[in-house]
Amino acid sequence: MSSAILFKDIDEPGLGTLAVYQRRGGYGDVLRKGLSMPREALVNELVESGLRGRGGAGFSMGKKASFMPKGGMDKYLVCNADESEPGTFKDRELMTKSPHMLIEGMILAAYAAGATKSFIYIRGEYAQQADILDAAVAEAYADGLLGENILGFDFSLELVVHRGAGAYICGEETGLLDSLEGKRGNPRLKPPFPANQGLYQGPTLINNVETLMTIPHILGMGAAKYAEIGVENSTGTKLISVSGHVKRPGNYEIELGMSAREIIYGLCGGIEGDHEVKLWFPGGSSSPVLTSDDLDLGYDFDSLAKAGSMLGSGAIIVVDDQTSVVEVCLKLAKFYRHESCGKCTPCREGTQWTVKMLERMKSGTATPMDLDIMASVQEQITGHCLCVLGDAMAMPVGSMIAKFRPEFEEYIEAARERAERELVASLDAGLVGSAT
Amino acid sequence: MSHGTQEEPAPTGDLTLGQHVGSGEVPRYQGGSRTPGWDDAVDLTKDPAVIPDPATVHVPEELRAEIEAHMAKYPDERSAAIPALMAAQRRHVWCSPEAIEQVACVMRLTPGYLVAVASFYDMLETSPVGRHRVYVCTNISCSLRGADALLERVVEEVGDDPDFNVRSFECLGACDIAPMASVDDVYVGPVELDDVPALIGQVRSGAEVLPEKQILRRKSVDPNAGSTS
Ligand SMILES: Cc1cc2nc3c(=O)[nH]c(=O)nc-3n(C[C@H](O)[C@H](O)[C@H](O)COP(=O)(O)O)c2cc1C
Ligand code: SF4
Ligand code: FES
Repeated sequence: MSSAILFKDIDEPGLGTLAVYQRRGGYGDVLRKGLSMPREALVNELVESGLRGRGGAGFSMGKKASFMPKGGMDKYLVCNADESEPGTFKDRELMTKSPHMLIEGMILAAYAAGATKSFIYIRGEYAQQADILDAAVAEAYADGLLGENILGFDFSLELVVHRGAGAYICGEETGLLDSLEGKRGNPRLKPPFPANQGLYQGPTLINNVETLMTIPHILGMGAAKYAEIGVENSTGTKLISVSGHVKRPGNYEIELGMSAREIIYGLCGGIEGDHEVKLWFPGGSSSPVLTSDDLDLGYDFDSLAKAGSMLGSGAIIVVDDQTSVVEVCLKLAKFYRHESCGKCTPCREGTQWTVKMLERMKSGTATPMDLDIMASVQEQITGHCLCVLGDAMAMPVGSMIAKFRPEFEEYIEAARERAERELVASLDAGLVGSAT
Repeated sequence: MSHGTQEEPAPTGDLTLGQHVGSGEVPRYQGGSRTPGWDDAVDLTKDPAVIPDPATVHVPEELRAEIEAHMAKYPDERSAAIPALMAAQRRHVWCSPEAIEQVACVMRLTPGYLVAVASFYDMLETSPVGRHRVYVCTNISCSLRGADALLERVVEEVGDDPDFNVRSFECLGACDIAPMASVDDVYVGPVELDDVPALIGQVRSGAEVLPEKQILRRKSVDPNAGSTS
């Protein structure tokens, strides 16, 4: 693909080794250029590139770095490699194939933020990727690319790869920080934001793997040139993870702004069995669903927000018209119920009640009124939680009810009739049985 | 079987399924809130466990060295709690009271603190399990491609073999190879129902699992991307 930046050499054999990465230009002029710039100039470059966070919230990377206070206290950089938003698998690919690109991005980000200690918080399930990172970090230390006075510059950085142990909520940045401090991964109240009080109470910059890996490329081509790629407010390329009922699930690097139709029908070859799209999640399971009417939307931050959803982590999950929306909704609700950390009531109880009501619908014991109750539960969760995990269930569930209400109603009715028939049949069988 | 969520039998995405012991007894918080055992009775006649006395607790030397190496990496030693529990679990198969006591002894923390941490994380086991971990992903993208049937098939194949810890798992970050499983940390997929006997056989015999279906062998860029074939 012509737009490939992060994926340019991705399948090059041995790219994960220092030797090949350096031969491809890694840890070279770009890193030297970055480390010889004044910090503020580097931050400015990042702001001007328009790079927005690739982890979910889409906040300006450069602005976030600029919030880091000046001063001599210990400051930290944390790379969020928890990647547990359902449907997302791009960071896995990047870390598997190009671990040194992440290290180089982190050196530059740490320099911009004034951080001297850095961590990669990687989900424990990615043990294979964590081993790859461990090996790459050891290589980088041995070559003087991490540790004291990197490349002879007056800048030093420690990097520790930290493995989680399985909890979606540790992708939320403050839950991640508690987990990294050796605690249960409960999110913290914000403010204070991590830039002021993060890891070990120190100023902390947290960014996603893909965000950090983009930095060397921005510096390499220049912010202005990078900002020309993509569309307004959504500059650059984005790795998207496409899964579900498409013919070719996988990671694709696109220029932001490409239409969803081009992605689903072009890159991914259309829908399995040539069925139609019923619904799609544009940004992981936490994004409100869109339908086949929305396929001509540009895949960028603003267009998706305008359509009532979000780009999120860049994970497109496609569901075909053969699949029941209620079943998808139940899967989704069960996930959030399992992952709720339990700290706040609307999220802990709301996820539980949503599952219960969906199970009632499935077993044929729900009434049409339950649908309204379920919708109102979602409204009561939204905006009333400590972190956005609650909203992350309420928004997609709410959007499914809003967009597919007739299907929910038919499903409830059909399940109720089926349950009644079964009851009658079992009563009949019971009567016959007792008579003989 | 590409439409898992269409099937009639109730989807079995709950952690109660399979060989996994210890969940599901608490209907209200079942699977939620990460506070399993919240209503387990506490023996109030006992004193709370204190930080173990190194003189009376035997910690295997290798484990001690591994935990201490983790502690040395962080500005605050407590950050090593998860890696230390993981190390102890590798040795003891689960976070048994003995495992917890050994970690507590080296890290100078109370066992209660460590149990609280361990109970939060899906990969840390707070009740006895088999030593081979088979996590079958049953989240949305995998279930759209038959994950529920796959899990059932795996559970059936494993039978009551006590060496296995089969459980349904949330999205493992590999929906491109759906339906997939993580088998002792190795990602494989797409796993067909017919692959299951071979897969479980390989785990039993210590062979490499489904070598041709391991994720690390895949190319990142689909050579057919954009073609309409
Ligand atoms: C429940 C929840 C889960 C999240 N999971 C992840 C994750 O797995 N990876 C990630 O990079 N960001 C995740 N985020 C977003 C982070 O909180 C944070 O915004 C992000 O890491 C910032 O990096 P960025 O600005 O580079 O995107 C999650 C947020 C929430 C609320
Ligand atoms: S919204 Fe949910 S996950 Fe987030 S802090 Fe509250 S209970 Fe925990
Ligand atoms: S849904 Fe199974 S790996 Fe993502």
